Amino acid sequence: MIEQLLNLAQRHCEAAEVFSITQESTPVRFETNRLKEITTRSSQGVALRLIKDGRIGFAASWGEVSPRALVDMALETAPLGAAAHLELPSLLPYPSVEIYDPADVAVETMVQMGQSLIDRVRQNTPDLQCEAHIGQTKMTVDIINSQGGRGHYEKSVFGVGIEGTLIRGTDMLFVGDSFSSCQPIPDFAPIAETTLEQLELAKETTTIKSGQWPVVFTPRGVAGALLSPLLMGFNGKIVWQGASPLVNKLGQRLFDPRLNLWDDATIPLRPGSRPCDDEGVPSQRITLIDQGAVAHFLYDLQTAALSNTQSTGSASRALTSLPSPASSTIIMGEGETPYADMIANLKEGLVVEELMGAGQGNVLGGEFSGNVLLGYKVEGGKIVGRVKDTMVSGNIYQALANIIAIGKESLWVGGAIRLPALCLGPLMVASKG
Amino acid sequence: MVGDLRDQITEALKGHQGYYVEVRIEEGEATRLSYRGRELEDVGRTTSQGGNVRALVDGGWGFASFNDLGDLREQVASAVSQARLVGGESFRLAASASQVDIVGPTLKSDPRLIPLSEKKRLLDEYNDVLWATPLLQTSTIGYGDGRRRIIFANSEGSYIEQSRVDVTLRVTAVARRNGDVQQVGMSIGSLGDFGVVEGLHDEIKVMAERAVAMLDAPTAKGGEYTVVLDPILAGVFVHEAFGHLSESDFVYENPSMREIMVLGKRFGGQHLNIVDGAAIPDLRGSFHYDEEGVPAARTYLIREGVLVGRLHSRETAAKMGEAPTGNARAIDYRHPPIVRMTNTIIEPGNVSFEDMISDIEEGIYAKNWYGGTTSMEMFTFSAGEAYMIRHGKVAELLRPVMLTGNVFQTLENIDAIGNDLDMNQGGGCGKAGQMPLPVSNGSPHIRIRKCVVGGK
Repeated sequence: MIEQLLNLAQRHCEAAEVFSITQESTPVRFETNRLKEITTRSSQGVALRLIKDGRIGFAASWGEVSPRALVDMALETAPLGAAAHLELPSLLPYPSVEIYDPADVAVETMVQMGQSLIDRVRQNTPDLQCEAHIGQTKMTVDIINSQGGRGHYEKSVFGVGIEGTLIRGTDMLFVGDSFSSCQPIPDFAPIAETTLEQLELAKETTTIKSGQWPVVFTPRGVAGALLSPLLMGFNGKIVWQGASPLVNKLGQRLFDPRLNLWDDATIPLRPGSRPCDDEGVPSQRITLIDQGAVAHFLYDLQTAALSNTQSTGSASRALTSLPSPASSTIIMGEGETPYADMIANLKEGLVVEELMGAGQGNVLGGEFSGNVLLGYKVEGGKIVGRVKDTMVSGNIYQALANIIAIGKESLWVGGAIRLPALCLGPLMVASKG
Repeated sequence: MVGDLRDQITEALKGHQGYYVEVRIEEGEATRLSYRGRELEDVGRTTSQGGNVRALVDGGWGFASFNDLGDLREQVASAVSQARLVGGESFRLAASASQVDIVGPTLKSDPRLIPLSEKKRLLDEYNDVLWATPLLQTSTIGYGDGRRRIIFANSEGSYIEQSRVDVTLRVTAVARRNGDVQQVGMSIGSLGDFGVVEGLHDEIKVMAERAVAMLDAPTAKGGEYTVVLDPILAGVFVHEAFGHLSESDFVYENPSMREIMVLGKRFGGQHLNIVDGAAIPDLRGSFHYDEEGVPAARTYLIREGVLVGRLHSRETAAKMGEAPTGNARAIDYRHPPIVRMTNTIIEPGNVSFEDMISDIEEGIYAKNWYGGTTSMEMFTFSAGEAYMIRHGKVAELLRPVMLTGNVFQTLENIDAIGNDLDMNQGGGCGKAGQMPLPVSNGSPHIRIRKCVVGGK
């Protein structure tokens, strides 16, 4: 089908590219501590991008569509489309990236593993209400184009997540963790352990006075609150547009010199990894922050051409829209301070595991602001209890230039991003009363 | 093809006694135009065709979604066998009379009749307005329209065909000075009316100028304030802070939540009335039947400050011994329906805006939205535009603020409700991985005492 579509399209334009994805997944879902639903999802979609008279046309479809109809739709849009600056890649060698495991985990096994995860977490806290999901997805991606480019890979992703809610009166506590891998996850114990530790640390509730306090973001806290505004700044498209605070800052040391950040889609077994991006450009490691200096931005073909640079193999697409630069597997380099020391060195401050609403403000400007959904007060080097009704605000460009310590240990948060904990210099904390 | 499909669906639903099965088939088409900066970046057309089967056997649900409509009987068999595997305590869905109906889309000005080049011309004009603003760094415009036709049938004899046409427009203006970036956004939507995205030139101009003005605006000092919300932001507030709590799937199997949400409990003052319903016509959250074939309704959640109702699917209604409200919705055929809001409104009171701010010595007037979220107990939402209120008057422009609070305290702390109801139709709601679901929300201006504002 995709070859036929490409052949037909080629007859009407200068260049064409077909992207197709086929996906099967079987999620099982637990609600209020017991199995609720078993699902199978199967989907097939195809997208056509073409260049006609120097302009980009685009059409896509989930489900059945005739090649003729898709070509006609794309041709209809081309006269209005953006001027094409990109050149589609020819046949290229791809790195070998381990992202597929043919093993199928039986639904019964997923059900049993999910139930024992919930039972384990509830052992000491029977009032905890748990939701959980376990699922396996297998996908096949093809990218072929009129320049001879042929990208193809299969990927499997196995994921597990648990969310527990503990309600006392109208007081609600939310705990939980998740993990994912391209291989079946044999042991859910680490996920249970994280959740149990959160329950333990949140047993007491305390308050923090409004003011400027040092704030430790755990790896989960960094992922949830800081990473997305930061990555937005490194998006080549936003840089090209002039909307990133990092415009004209390449090579400048804007961040703490201990800070290193890179994107690497060739790391095995991570759900964001792949041998080539969604335009068929080979995956590679891209340094974003090198010892505090802005090192590189993420590009797809069109944005790279507009910016007079090369694609970094960072094109990502939802089937129904044109490719755009995005991160794949992100890693922040480890520092030298063991997490235990980071806490022990704090006279008074806050630990943030989850900041609710962090991505809602002026993200483009690097601002983050959110309600501490899960976080703890530190006094005299010890976590003394959970804080609530408290807001933490800051700007990543200031906060990451003012790092007190970077964690020595790093974690695969959700299985997809590897991050250490960060202790950031005083941030504004606003709390009730 | 339709007649043939109806036969196939009927055939696939045959022979399933003693349990419940439903089939959904959906086809859709969409057009999208987007600009980044001065240039049109993306224009595309998409189509989709897919479906799902959901089965309830004893207490367990099975669900299969697919793009290949080839063998519906097979899909039914697969969903039924999954449901059997889940098992659990048996229950019956709340009764809902079976419906046979075919309803067309609500169309005031059908976007599909407007040529792509015409849409582009309008957006070009908006882009020119944006770019005439001195100091504007960049902008984005995203326009989309789409039609969805959904066929629903179940083993109780319902067969419903429904269509809807959605129009959305989002415009963002970005100002930058060195490393300082400020953005202002506008988000508009309608059910089948292209007219709402026309004639916005003046509004867009004001918006772009505000993005530039924000570069010189101060950041609010963090802390507790008396806050006045404009109708748009108050709509986001009612959606986040109370609407989600009213979704019974958070409540029905959770004894503690049932205690919190017991009917008859007081949540706010006598002046507080909150309603949700898809039967309120011509709004983004309006429809005739929900995704379980239950007719749309209008449900009071809070009346005179007291909890009187909540939003249900047939399952949550059954398990709480209440009637279904027509709030089971799915974003598309890939997902099973879950309990969602439709059009959520704080009904107007009688306080004028001037009276509302006249006795505020120092407060914040927050308008427009970036977004919002809730944990049920706590909510946050961010205002796209904010001003200080000083000595009873709207004073200087601030940078955007984030507001947060405890849902229960904050509802009690609403001490004035305006007389100027307005609807926000630009939002999309996310829940359980289903986003953005078309919803609308609305409110008059409201005043909240002791609201926490993030800031310097």
